[in-house]
Amino acid sequence: MKRTNTFVLMGVALLLGACGEKGADTQARGPDPKLPEQQRGLLPSMKIAEPTAWGDQKPTVPAGYSVTAIATDLQIPRQTLVLPNGDILVAEGRGGSAAKLKPKDVIAGYIKAKGNTKVKSGNRLTLLRDADGDGRYELKTVFAENLNAPYGLAFANNKIYVANQDELVSFDYQAGQTRAAAAPASVSKLPSEINHHWTKSLTVSPDGRFLYVGIGSNSNITERGLEAELNRAEVWQIDAATGAHKPYATGIRNPTALAMHPETGQLWSVVNERDELGPDLVPDYLTSVREGGFYGWPYSYWGQNVDPRVQPGDPKKVAAAIKPDYSLGSHVAALGLSFSQAAMGEQFANGAFVGEHGSWNRDAPVGYKVIFVPFANGRPSGQPIDFVTGFRTEEGKTRGRPVGVTVDPRGALIVADDLANTVWRVTRNR
Amino acid sequence: MSSAVTANSAYRHPPGRLHTILLAGTVPLFLGALLNDIAYYQTYQIQWSNFASWLLAGAELFCGLALLFALINLIRAKQKSGQVLVYFVLLLATFILGLVDCFQHAKDAWAVMPAGLALSAIVFFLSCLAAWVGLAPRTGGLQ
Repeated sequence: MKRTNTFVLMGVALLLGACGEKGADTQARGPDPKLPEQQRGLLPSMKIAEPTAWGDQKPTVPAGYSVTAIATDLQIPRQTLVLPNGDILVAEGRGGSAAKLKPKDVIAGYIKAKGNTKVKSGNRLTLLRDADGDGRYELKTVFAENLNAPYGLAFANNKIYVANQDELVSFDYQAGQTRAAAAPASVSKLPSEINHHWTKSLTVSPDGRFLYVGIGSNSNITERGLEAELNRAEVWQIDAATGAHKPYATGIRNPTALAMHPETGQLWSVVNERDELGPDLVPDYLTSVREGGFYGWPYSYWGQNVDPRVQPGDPKKVAAAIKPDYSLGSHVAALGLSFSQAAMGEQFANGAFVGEHGSWNRDAPVGYKVIFVPFANGRPSGQPIDFVTGFRTEEGKTRGRPVGVTVDPRGALIVADDLANTVWRVTRNR
Repeated sequence: MSSAVTANSAYRHPPGRLHTILLAGTVPLFLGALLNDIAYYQTYQIQWSNFASWLLAGAELFCGLALLFALINLIRAKQKSGQVLVYFVLLLATFILGLVDCFQHAKDAWAVMPAGLALSAIVFFLSCLAAWVGLAPRTGGLQ
């Protein structure tokens, strides 16, 4: 009976959803975005781009650059890590165990699944190797398996750190290894109840002493109750030696990728913000993460803009909320972050690459590309530049969805595509 | 069943057993949604709102099926007026506003309020009216 009703509701939802707001690209990007009024019709906008194969097509990259698929047929690649010897590790999987609490969750889950891969979660790390340096990664082998939705990756202290959806673990690593010698050791348990936002992003301090784990909120905007948000929407600092942790930053809704700025040593994050306040609210953002900083969630967004959906509110928390550094645009779903290096070429040498998975709850799709945010003096400076595009066809179908991006110091950008189950490599022509 | 039909009976087909169960079941389901909305409104405890959402979904299912029966009865009625028409219109209004209420409850957290509570109250009242009219004892007719 429940099922029948669900489908009735869904049909109506789709019908009504077809006549939402119009879709010009009205996204405000940069350090000081103009935020429109909150709006929410009776139905939220949902626009799922139908998946289609790449065929012999490839993503589009700037003139002077080339792109190749270095691995295909993966099992949901998310984040990548370039090891000191040039080998690439790919974390594959899908997590989350959030119960469907309302009829809406059943319907939205069904619709969203249409825009994702049907492949089963890999729960493993795949290693890619280009031994002769010709740009072809001839070795593709499983480095470790039976992990629990691995996502964040980091290398330090001769260990490979992996952020599973429930635990931070480490593998001992020796140069040239193609398979983990033993089961991983636990560094620290991570909050995993419900796991509405299950991805655990990861980076490491330059000295290898601290690991930073991004833990997403357990809801869009507290609709699972505030009790479910204990230890959520935080960046943890974890002592690599002892596993002891403390909240490093809070109120940071879904910090999906973390990276250290190579010059300043400052921690940065891309963060996905809340939905259902309109097509141009709330901007996902790129921000430096300040120790002890509170970034507003759930009480407010972009500084002091109060979210009335959270009751009872907390004016003190609102007053304390830090305004993020740089808007990436609403609903772009930034999931990848990597700082560039000189080897990427002059125009793209100083700044951050950001992988945008793409919107699902906005009439005119946004994201679905990798952008470059130029930096100067350790801060974002200027408008973002499209770096990898072409993930959607002109007919509005989706070929791929970028997730993790990683700069290879040898002069390449590694892009994981979790719809096409492919890893792309963008290099400068020489 | 005998067929002693009096002159003023426009209602040849009073609600049958299944129709009655569906129609009568609609009322407590909408009542449950209203009570849960009141609880959420007073406590901010989200689970009340989840309960309300599912009760509304159930109410809409019952109401929608009852509406089908009501429509068939309307089509089969000799005179498409009076009780049989009023009942159908009331139930239709209940269903439509109930659907709006369902969507209102699909919003996240406090975005449901206060419209969700107001809608639930109106829909509950409408469902009572519809059942009141739909199940009215028919003078002269036989069940």
